[in-house]
Amino acid sequence: MSKKQVYIYKSFERFWHWMQAILIFFLGFTGFEIHGTYTFFGFRDAVRYHNFAAYIFIGLIVFAIFWHLTTGEYKQYIPTFQNIKAQLDYYIFGIFRNAPHPTKKSVLSKLNPLQKITYFGLKILVIPVSVTSGLLYMFYRYPTKHGVEAINIQTLEFIAIFHTIAAIMLIAFIITHLYLITTGETVTSNLKAMLTGFEELEDEHKEEKNDESKLSTQNLD
Amino acid sequence: MKKVVLILAFIGLLVVIAVGTLSQKETDSTTLMKLKEKYSKKEKPSVDHSKFTVLQQKFKSPQEVTKACESCHNMTAHQVMNSNHWNWEREEYVQGRGVIYLGKRNAINNFCIGTKGNEESCAKCHIGYGMDSKGKIYTDPNNIDCLVCHDNSETYAKAPEKGGAPLTTLDFNKIAESVGKPKRSNCGVCHFYGGGGNNVKHGDLEMSMFEPTKEIDIHMATDGMNLQCVDCHTTDQHNIAGKVYSLSSMSHNRNTCEQCHTATPHEDDILNEHTLKVACQTCHIPTYAKANATKMYWDWSTAGKLKNGEPYVEEDSMGNHAYMSIKGSFVWKKNVKPDYIWFNGTASHYLEGDKIQDTTKPLVLNQLHGSYADDESKIVPVKIHIAKQPYDPINRILIQPKLFAEEKGEGAFWKDFNWKTSAEVGMKDAGLPFSGKVSFIKTEMYWPVNHMVASKENTVKCNECHTRNDSRLAGLKDFYMPGRDYSSLVDTAGKWLIILSLIGIAFHATFRIIASRKLKKEVTK
Repeated sequence: MSKKQVYIYKSFERFWHWMQAILIFFLGFTGFEIHGTYTFFGFRDAVRYHNFAAYIFIGLIVFAIFWHLTTGEYKQYIPTFQNIKAQLDYYIFGIFRNAPHPTKKSVLSKLNPLQKITYFGLKILVIPVSVTSGLLYMFYRYPTKHGVEAINIQTLEFIAIFHTIAAIMLIAFIITHLYLITTGETVTSNLKAMLTGFEELEDEHKEEKNDESKLSTQNLD
Repeated sequence: MKKVVLILAFIGLLVVIAVGTLSQKETDSTTLMKLKEKYSKKEKPSVDHSKFTVLQQKFKSPQEVTKACESCHNMTAHQVMNSNHWNWEREEYVQGRGVIYLGKRNAINNFCIGTKGNEESCAKCHIGYGMDSKGKIYTDPNNIDCLVCHDNSETYAKAPEKGGAPLTTLDFNKIAESVGKPKRSNCGVCHFYGGGGNNVKHGDLEMSMFEPTKEIDIHMATDGMNLQCVDCHTTDQHNIAGKVYSLSSMSHNRNTCEQCHTATPHEDDILNEHTLKVACQTCHIPTYAKANATKMYWDWSTAGKLKNGEPYVEEDSMGNHAYMSIKGSFVWKKNVKPDYIWFNGTASHYLEGDKIQDTTKPLVLNQLHGSYADDESKIVPVKIHIAKQPYDPINRILIQPKLFAEEKGEGAFWKDFNWKTSAEVGMKDAGLPFSGKVSFIKTEMYWPVNHMVASKENTVKCNECHTRNDSRLAGLKDFYMPGRDYSSLVDTAGKWLIILSLIGIAFHATFRIIASRKLKKEVTK
């Protein structure tokens, strides 16, 4: 099988990924200052920046959901239990023996089974918990004031704790993610792919691939 | 290429929005302040009292002046005689007690304890003449002291220990012809010196407020808006708005910042939301007793020591009384950070004769009610004054001692320095039982701090409360506050999750490097 440069990450996808990366980093940084972990911007500015970044993040999420639904890309994230063991085996044993990746990366299946489960968990659990608790945090009203009974919550405590838990999960994810992207064909191949959109993949169906790259170049501009 | 430009344009747009929204939008405060100062100039009085012939007669006594006042203001006497300034009590509803009449007449404070039996001395701050040692309510309207509040010549002064009568050396004609709206000096002459000296009681009301600078008080500053007390404490028929909870119980007739500033005066929504639970004073009065120290602690139990049979006085480093034989030991503090409590505008008081439930704990003389869960409560700054004062350990009631008398031998503590006899006489005057035993108990009083408002540049900063270390609100534990509070379980678990992830990654990466080197060697072999 020959190798071929394949256009695997579309421009919006890359934009979304990197914006998300910047925003999550910034939200985490300002968020843990608000949490009292350290002092950098000062409490007041940390709150202002955090709230501002939060709105941009929510805007980005809305665009991302639209993109995923209209392009059908959401299907990439539907978890599968096939090959999970193989993928785990790869990270625990195979990777040290230079064994091949157990699943093939292709335009239609960009994620390995472990990624599918992790990203699915992020998308349906961690990010929603983070955004919901964040919005409640912002629009939290003290009991019986401001008239909206539905968000008259007795205490900020649970909102704040759920928000913190989600933030810690995201940080743990990012740390692991940053490491695991070095486990591609070469240490930097995954990073390059997310920057340029192109990755060198095994060319299984030469003709189809040709068509696809043509299509994608047309899409390019 | 086009895409790169688009992305750059989008990021550029975000930066512009970010800078636009996040940069401080402060209006030029100097212009606003100048406008306020310009429009806070006082209106000219509508009459010139010096032109009235009735005030040009030769006055021989202060009562004659009052009579002259009432010859024109002929409907005013009953207003004054219905006021708490006259009666030294207000009708109040207290939970668990019902309707009571509460005031200087029957409350016990932890300064000079109470007025009973000491009226001739205490009446120096009564708006009447000739209160006798029984403190009886006099009905003669000519005994109203109009001048103590309305003298604008700044020469009127009451005589000490004469039941409220003025000094005999005053020029009553000059004073009577000067009368007008009360100024800071009229109010301050009593309210700044309560408790027997400057700034003993309030902490935020003292003689620097006669002519304060902007650093002391942004509203009353003579180099600023120069507000007088009555500009905020507006008066309707001699009933003055506002009161202090040392002697009040109900959330009624209060004077609030919101009356001028509204409940949402900030440009920043987050700050405006704070006003639901945080009183304006909490952030806008970072410290009190800014110019002169205030009394924080009064220990009556050490009173009565004599040197060569004579009472004496010792001073602290700031020149304040640290010890007085007649009153005991004191602790004074300057530039004090307030304590903070939840307060809903209601209070309950220890009244003379009340049984002390628990003599092992400090007795709170005015309990201010409130909690986070209570919708009406806000966080307010208070001065907490602590005292040790005499009580009867058998009957478990606070002792109202006889303090003041003209002569020795009447049982007054300030003359005879004997707790037992002064308690005996004082309790008899008050109509209360006395077992013959005098002991001392710790008492506390809560004084809400409302004055000495700082300029907006000098308000309390967010991170003085929203911090884990030494938060101003560290004492209020009944709610979750961002920056101060956290779940130690979540934080510890989170910390370990991240540490273990890093350790796992470090091991994995090390094995990968070792493995790849081995493989390379094998290939070269």
